[in-house]
Amino acid sequence: MMDFSNIDWQDIAQATLDTLTMTGFSLFFTILLGLPLGVLLFVTGKKQLLEQRGVYALLSFVVNILRSVPFIILLIVLIPFTLLLVGTSLGVAGTIPPLVIGTTPFFARLVENVLREVDKGIIEACQAMGAKTHQIILHALLPEALPGLLAAGTVTTIALVSYAAMSGVIGGGGLGDLALRFGYQRFQTDVMIVTVAILIVLVQVLQWIGDRLVLRFTRK
Amino acid sequence: MIRIEQLDKHYQVGERAVHALRNINLHIGQGQVFGIIGRSGAGKSTLLRALNLLERPSAGKVVIEGDDITQFNSTQLHALRQRVGMIFQHFNLLNAKTISENIDFPLKLAGTYTRQQRQQRVAELLDLVGLGDQGHKYPSQLSGGQKQRVGIARALANYPHLLLCDEATSALDPETTQAILRLLADINQKLGLTIVLITHEMQVIRSICDRVAVIDAGAIVETGEVADVFLHPQHPVTQSLVAENHALDLSVLDGAGKRANSHLFRLTYVGAATHEPILSRIAAQTRAEIVILQGTIARIKNTPYGQLIVELNGAPDEVQVIVEMLKNMSVRVEMIEGVK
Repeated sequence: MMDFSNIDWQDIAQATLDTLTMTGFSLFFTILLGLPLGVLLFVTGKKQLLEQRGVYALLSFVVNILRSVPFIILLIVLIPFTLLLVGTSLGVAGTIPPLVIGTTPFFARLVENVLREVDKGIIEACQAMGAKTHQIILHALLPEALPGLLAAGTVTTIALVSYAAMSGVIGGGGLGDLALRFGYQRFQTDVMIVTVAILIVLVQVLQWIGDRLVLRFTRK
Repeated sequence: MIRIEQLDKHYQVGERAVHALRNINLHIGQGQVFGIIGRSGAGKSTLLRALNLLERPSAGKVVIEGDDITQFNSTQLHALRQRVGMIFQHFNLLNAKTISENIDFPLKLAGTYTRQQRQQRVAELLDLVGLGDQGHKYPSQLSGGQKQRVGIARALANYPHLLLCDEATSALDPETTQAILRLLADINQKLGLTIVLITHEMQVIRSICDRVAVIDAGAIVETGEVADVFLHPQHPVTQSLVAENHALDLSVLDGAGKRANSHLFRLTYVGAATHEPILSRIAAQTRAEIVILQGTIARIKNTPYGQLIVELNGAPDEVQVIVEMLKNMSVRVEMIEGVK
């Protein structure tokens, strides 16, 4: 039988709280940056409201580059930038910038895809009513896409949880850090098991909340 | 109301140049219900969208109430679109908004009404389209016909002078189609609104239009009063569109009119003549034998009409007398040739 008596539960609690903090803040900034970026990708795309081939190609290229760098590499590459931005590359604060930069392009691409699913007829109807582009985006496109956006947000949140855990490698805080330092480096299998169990529960709960929200706002 | 002059539209799809509209000239009068009919791909949708510049023509003028809208800047264009209503085949309602919010949307966009005025207008429109107590529902809770009623209410919200209908009944069953067409005719009467509609169904044109234009391969091939075009189609495309809707299927005539002294005629009569006992009078006054091979009695908008294909058996001079009698009763008589 596994023996969990050596575990410092206070450490676990703190690590869980850190993971939630990192995920929460990163999610906030990811949406803040990724939603406009996704909208911009969508509207400048082919045959869309503000078709701009050059702008689209450039944005798309940058998004692809950021998405093709493995997150663990991104974490390391961004250390100088993180230092400049928040003064440290360690702990909770030092983890948020790379998390945001890692997931923003991912979320933006999801947003673009969700917006493409909105019935073109609805956009045409808005144009026929004399709506301006920003009115169409704010009053029609985003509300119509809300269930899809919430689903994209859920996927992104869960990706953030796993990225946040990965950041333990370069000294980020949270459950990943704990699992790595105690579970891996000190061979404390019990800590490893507990942290993984907490992560599993966390992901399940987040998915459940996301699904509920999607259902709540689905009008089709 | 609307004058379309030398309208042309062409664009490139990959390597292929598409000539969607070719030198279109049309005049649509104030308060008319004007139908544009054509097969899919004929260009009717492009033509309709030229009236609010959802499709920008390559050349030509679209003059609405005196202004050439192709010269409008974007502010003028937004203002124009707010005054031109449009309804769609698939309704295109905002699914995330309630029925009331959908109808309120164009009022909100206009930005010239107070909240109270808007509420009052929405209630008025819900009543107008017969959805008085459904305002709180979402589009997904409504039937197709009800959704189109919402579409109509939304299109009328801003007191437009012109309503564009893009295959507005094509996604509806026949009964609902009739109800929606009645509503449109009613609105046309009550509000004096000009309606331009596109369709591929002659039935729609026959039910509510005053004038019709037939479009084929991007060009108008025939235009005129609905009764004229419908009863005496000139262009082959018009003839085939009419034949689909009409009971007059010439294939039943195979084998008819083969006897000696028999002649095939198409008789067409419109209006009051429909209620006259035309054939029995002829039978009473001559010795001719009349065989009815095909017949339709129906309405074009509010005008009743009849069209019969008959075989007259008799000597040539006798037949001549009958033709004269028919003509005197304001029946149009056409000899059908090439059947024998």
